[in-house]
Amino acid sequence: MTAATSSAGEEILRGENLSKSFGQVTALSDVSFRLKKGEVLALLGDNGAGKSTLMKILTGFHRPTSGSLYFDNQPVEFGSVTHARRAGIEPVYQDLALINELSVFRNMFLKREILRGGPLRLLNDAAMREKADAQLREIGIKLPSVDVPISKLSGGQRQAIAVARSVYSENVRVLLLDEPTAAMGVRESKQILDLIRRLKETSELAVIIVAHNYAQIFDVCDRINLLQYGTITFDRATADTSIQELTDIVVNSYRNADQTTPA
Amino acid sequence: MTQSNRHNAEGRVSEAPAAPAKRGSSLSRLGRNMAQWREASILLAAIVLVIYFQATSPAFLTLNNIGVLSQFATAVAIIAAGQVMVLICGELDLSVGQVYAITPFIMYFAQQAGLPLGVAIVLGLVVAALIGLVNGLITVGLGVSSFVTTLGMLFFIQGLTLTISGGFPVQPVAGEFWTAVLGGNVFGALLWMVAIALLFQFILFRTRWGLHTIATGGNPLGASQIGIRTGRVKIGNFMLCSMLGGFAGILDAFRIGSIDPLAGGTEIMFMAIASAVIGGTLLAGGSGTVIGALLGALVLAILKDGFTISGVSAYTFDMILGLAIVITMIMNVHLSRLRARGKT
Repeated sequence: MTAATSSAGEEILRGENLSKSFGQVTALSDVSFRLKKGEVLALLGDNGAGKSTLMKILTGFHRPTSGSLYFDNQPVEFGSVTHARRAGIEPVYQDLALINELSVFRNMFLKREILRGGPLRLLNDAAMREKADAQLREIGIKLPSVDVPISKLSGGQRQAIAVARSVYSENVRVLLLDEPTAAMGVRESKQILDLIRRLKETSELAVIIVAHNYAQIFDVCDRINLLQYGTITFDRATADTSIQELTDIVVNSYRNADQTTPA
Repeated sequence: MTQSNRHNAEGRVSEAPAAPAKRGSSLSRLGRNMAQWREASILLAAIVLVIYFQATSPAFLTLNNIGVLSQFATAVAIIAAGQVMVLICGELDLSVGQVYAITPFIMYFAQQAGLPLGVAIVLGLVVAALIGLVNGLITVGLGVSSFVTTLGMLFFIQGLTLTISGGFPVQPVAGEFWTAVLGGNVFGALLWMVAIALLFQFILFRTRWGLHTIATGGNPLGASQIGIRTGRVKIGNFMLCSMLGGFAGILDAFRIGSIDPLAGGTEIMFMAIASAVIGGTLLAGGSGTVIGALLGALVLAILKDGFTISGVSAYTFDMILGLAIVITMIMNVHLSRLRARGKT
């Protein structure tokens, strides 16, 4: 399953025989995957296939029951979300973790605020405003003003802000996007996918996109992994597969599921 | 939705004095800013009420009556400042009225034990902070809703105050000067109120603590995903609220000249929550201002004082107060909806 070394790009993250059980329930069994620098990997799967469990292992929220993770070719065990983030794995959660009541720039610098010097350590709004504006412009996100509260933005704009915040966090190496185009219109999804493309062109950032709708994200991905029943059943470069092939696999699995439900 | 309106408004208001030449245009700009400023409606209500009561009774705007009026407002406004912090991070403190009652007793007993006034006050505030700490730890650590935690604390502290005081009031002990500074002088108390409100408004909107408080109440899960220690933020604000309650109790003790085990209680706590809510703080968390709560406390005080001067009976007053709370709220909700529609 783990294809022998392909030429381009060094490896940044690798999972070997990862499994996770919650009591009697096995959510993941024997998952192996690898992610290279600058690569966009799609992690596809139906609801309950184990995507979010795998995601939570990568973000340090869960520890695997067995198996190991390698980051930059070093074995790692993430004890907490903060730990994983410090290593350079930056998640963008499906609910985006944005604060509606706060403005765009305050959200972008939440928990890593720029402070003024001096004993009072007050917020340096001017610096944060300016930097947020420059960062958003750099990755091509257009907003009327960084002073707008998040509640006034569209779903696509919010997603873009959340992505931008992660992209510009201090030592980000791997970006984890959880269902980035869920509940979004066609035009908004396109904005997000364009953003991912731009990141791919301009940086070494590796990206994992967790999704169940493969049609939307197919074009931006370099490689597709399919997660079914807690294990990876399909791993191929996007260039070597097609939406049709993926559809066939999924349809077949539905048919099999119908026949084997009692198990 | 209103957060950055505030900032916009603040930014522009500070620009206003720069261009005094064009009087008309800057006046209309001020009008526009007022409409965006979220304390505007409550300020307007306060002004209308003052005009009304002054029209019905010329005694209203006398220095003497302003002193009486501020007696109604100071303690409530100071407690409301703390309550706003707790409400914004998504919790509620019902026990603060009892902390208001017990803190002066702690101070009094510390003095009786031979400690100087300053140390006694600090000790009182430390006890108040500890009560807040317990509120916070039980709420955050054991996952009990703050309504229940602080309800329990309310009765516990009430019983404790009655027990240690034997149910009898005592007299606060301090020299003439310190009595005046600590609330004996009405305008000194007023100064405390304004200073505390400004300080907490500043903390809320200009410091990391305030920002994390808003984030904790606005999106608890999101805030913790980002790495904000929401539990710590909540515990800290419970402590701040309790300390402000205790301090308000000390000020009132010196103002009244008596420390009463049954002073404050649920009434002052509910008045503080009413002030916060009238001033635009959401019970659901994530949004509110301390200045709004101060104005809310003033409006309640103006109503109470105004009706007293007009000779309205205390029974009628409560009915009117109840209506006023609900009507102001409805106006507030309506205005912010209009604002949200007007601005994109």
